[in-house]
Amino acid sequence: MKTLKTLIILFALSMGATSCSDDTEGPMPVTENPLEAYHLTNSFEANGHMLELYSEKERLTTGYNELYVQIKDLSTGAYIPNASITWNPMMHMIGMSHSCPKSDITVTEKETVYKGYLVFQMASNADEYWELNLEYSFGGATYTTSKRIEVKAPTDGNKTVNVFTGTDDKRYVLAMLPFAPKVAINDFSAVLFEMESMMSFPVVEDYTITIDPRMPGMGNHSSPNNENLTYDPDSGSYSGKLSLTMTGYWKINLQLLNASEDVLKGEMVTEGNESSSLYFEIEF
Amino acid sequence: MKLTYSFWGGLGRLHFLVCILCLGHTLLYQQNIQAQDPITSPIIDSILTVDLKEVIVISSYKRSIEHSSQPKPLSTLDQYLESSKKVSMLKRGAYAWDPMLNDMTSERLSITIDGMRIFGACTDKMDPITSYVDVSNLSDVHVESGQQGAQHGNMIGGALDMRLEKSNFKPLGWTGAVETGYETNNIAQIMGGELNYSDRKFYMDTDIIYRKAENYTAGGGEEVAYSQYEKYNLSANAGYHISEDQKLQASFIFDEARDVGYPALPMDVSLARAFIGSLSWEQSDFIGGLTNWETKIYTNTVTHIMDDSQRPNVPIRMDMPGWSDTYGLYSQAKLSLDHHTFFGKIDGYYNRSLAEMTMYPNDPNQQEMFMLTWPDVRTLNAGIYLEDRITLREDVIKLSTRLAFQAFKIADEFGLNSLRIFYPDMEQRQTRALKSVSAHYHKRFKKWHINGGVAYGDRAPSVSEGFGFYLFNSFDNHDYIGHPELKNEKALETSIKITLPLKDVTVSMEGNHFHTWNYIIGEIHPELDVMTIGADGIKVYTNLEYANLYNLSLDMGCQITSGLDWSGLISYHRGTDHNGRNLPFISPFTYRSQLKYTKGGFSAALTLSGAMAQTNFSPDFGEDRTPAYTLLSLSLGKTFSIGGNNLHAKTGIENLFDTYYSTYSDWNNIPRMGRNFFMTLSYAIN
Repeated sequence: MKTLKTLIILFALSMGATSCSDDTEGPMPVTENPLEAYHLTNSFEANGHMLELYSEKERLTTGYNELYVQIKDLSTGAYIPNASITWNPMMHMIGMSHSCPKSDITVTEKETVYKGYLVFQMASNADEYWELNLEYSFGGATYTTSKRIEVKAPTDGNKTVNVFTGTDDKRYVLAMLPFAPKVAINDFSAVLFEMESMMSFPVVEDYTITIDPRMPGMGNHSSPNNENLTYDPDSGSYSGKLSLTMTGYWKINLQLLNASEDVLKGEMVTEGNESSSLYFEIEF
Repeated sequence: MKLTYSFWGGLGRLHFLVCILCLGHTLLYQQNIQAQDPITSPIIDSILTVDLKEVIVISSYKRSIEHSSQPKPLSTLDQYLESSKKVSMLKRGAYAWDPMLNDMTSERLSITIDGMRIFGACTDKMDPITSYVDVSNLSDVHVESGQQGAQHGNMIGGALDMRLEKSNFKPLGWTGAVETGYETNNIAQIMGGELNYSDRKFYMDTDIIYRKAENYTAGGGEEVAYSQYEKYNLSANAGYHISEDQKLQASFIFDEARDVGYPALPMDVSLARAFIGSLSWEQSDFIGGLTNWETKIYTNTVTHIMDDSQRPNVPIRMDMPGWSDTYGLYSQAKLSLDHHTFFGKIDGYYNRSLAEMTMYPNDPNQQEMFMLTWPDVRTLNAGIYLEDRITLREDVIKLSTRLAFQAFKIADEFGLNSLRIFYPDMEQRQTRALKSVSAHYHKRFKKWHINGGVAYGDRAPSVSEGFGFYLFNSFDNHDYIGHPELKNEKALETSIKITLPLKDVTVSMEGNHFHTWNYIIGEIHPELDVMTIGADGIKVYTNLEYANLYNLSLDMGCQITSGLDWSGLISYHRGTDHNGRNLPFISPFTYRSQLKYTKGGFSAALTLSGAMAQTNFSPDFGEDRTPAYTLLSLSLGKTFSIGGNNLHAKTGIENLFDTYYSTYSDWNNIPRMGRNFFMTLSYAIN
């Protein structure tokens, strides 16, 4: 009886093991959308192709948006590998237009999937809108398309992007990389750009972003073992460590220091100064 | 069989006087005066054995009437413990006092119920184990100082084992009792009853007790807000003789307290509940020459809900529930060979401690704030205890040792990540080896009895000390953070007792010293930021290089005339760390003097007790100088026989002069109860 029971358990376990390896090692059908798990935020139909924008989020929001792009040939239904894509988002305001910080679009490990990010400084509204211009080429031909896209403020209203002028009279855009916050020491990253002109937002390197997480609802409680964000040339972003001691609303007070450690923006949190003018917000 | 006394319910001082009159009336018609048990409480049995053990008798062994020999029957277990010579009580209100032995509290003690390990579920020590039993369950409490209690577990300060009361196959048939009590100061009402059946083959004991008290009033008339409580306790014990020398026994306790106020703390308790159960097998003869074999398996579960819903002004609303579940077993046997009596025990337990805190932001749009204050800590402890008692003509030597292995695991990922904020390299599991060795000697030298002992023992950190996460201490106004890498606390202990029993006078002097390395205490960590709104800072549990604790007492007893006894007790304690800094909760010089008169069914006691000013206090722990005080209490008791059954009545006054006082062990200097009249009636049916 006991032996039988053991055998059944072993059998059940081996079944589990086999089915697991099926999931990971099995070949994926070509027609299957590799980005099925993501949200389709926008699609552009032009030139016999469908360009699709995918995100982990349901929609484009202000701040940092990591986006996946794929090009589908509408005649064959196949996804096109190894194309080169460039993008240029434009905000059409009433009196002026400007672009926003953006990365290059690169091919991912999956050769039909392309990846990049956009940092929107502001949301669309009734009179002002974002337009995304895309230029892509493969097989020796170059195509363009463009379309209005809608950028919303995040539903929780939390601040994840700062646009400001530093004490050096330069304008900067600082955006937090989205992450799933935990009660733990979290990996925490941000991207920093200088707004050289309406169209040019180069990455700023080798500055420091100090962080001081606080809970205004808990007497401005802070947490230990945070690490300031420093520039990582490999990723082109600033990364550090953020400790969150409990769930709830956290204000991450920031100071931006240049390479010679002059404070360009933000204030220290002290007894008399509850928060910095430069901050991110997290709630979980 | 059942009889209820409902006439005490909701009565005031006026009614109390009426009751006195009723009692006087009954007195006049009383003819059969029953002899009362001469057991006095507490008693010390050190004259005959090597153990410096104190036994706090809770029910009389005769059992016909519960608690009748006590100065204040039906008082809470806490008051029984406080009346003892060795145990003192740390108080955060009127309920759930925290027992201290040799100036050490629960993390340095082993507190057991019939040998069962059980752990409170409150991160703020609002539910010591003693709060989950009641006097109705217990026959006595064995208090063993230092490593003499190593049989029960690895600890430093000593062991308290609360023994459940059992009919134990006495051929008594059906017996029952009803009891009621009333106290004027906090309008405390106590009602209890028991119903037992026992014969040589089988017994079954059941009892129930209910207590409800309002706020108490300190000396001088100040009402102490949030000092109310309500609790009830049910228990059942049963035993069955399988054969002549084999018996199977089971016990079950259910205890629930609701609406318990803690005036010294910023939060109260809406629910504290425990289920405690065990099953044991006893056999007088075991394999080889082994005798008295007992094996027990047990389990208990504690739920503790701390909240602040009754407090009008708090910076932020919060709930702090906690849970503690324990599963354990032990097996023990004796072996007698010539002069040697060996005793061996193997034991183990597994405990799960989890506590959480949810805070509700004043801004209703914000998310709730949640943390695990005890991160689901699993403790596994397995140990072996061996003892050899060598009896020579005039001497007794006791050698004992205990070896245990203790493993901790943080089972909750959330909790583990939380602690890794402070200790990024912390392991999820850790194991520790715990040791205890002791030698005790009892020498009879003419009339003198000399007891001496040397012992070494260590203990692992408690769940709070090792893994607590922002536990607020309202005494020193600091948040405490546990330290998983704490070293075991180790103590070298020496004790001596000299007793001189003369014809009518007995004098004994007792002293002990604990030199404790790696003494665990919270130390301020200035870089860390507080969590609790209004707290002054953060303390992290740390190992001090060492600390020293001294306890000295002088105990005297004297029979003045037949029936009239006097007893006196003076004690002094001192505790300092390696820098000479005072440790917290160290008793100042205290004294107690009691005159007791017993004749027939009548008893009377007059007690004077007090303490000198506490000058060796610990300001780092929030202590200040506690002034001296003296109290006088009086009690009178009488047993009547009504139709073959016994009615025992007892009345008394505590804090006769309504003195306003607080002691060194009162959390945040909360004042203690002022003048209090009490009255209890016990009716036993045979």
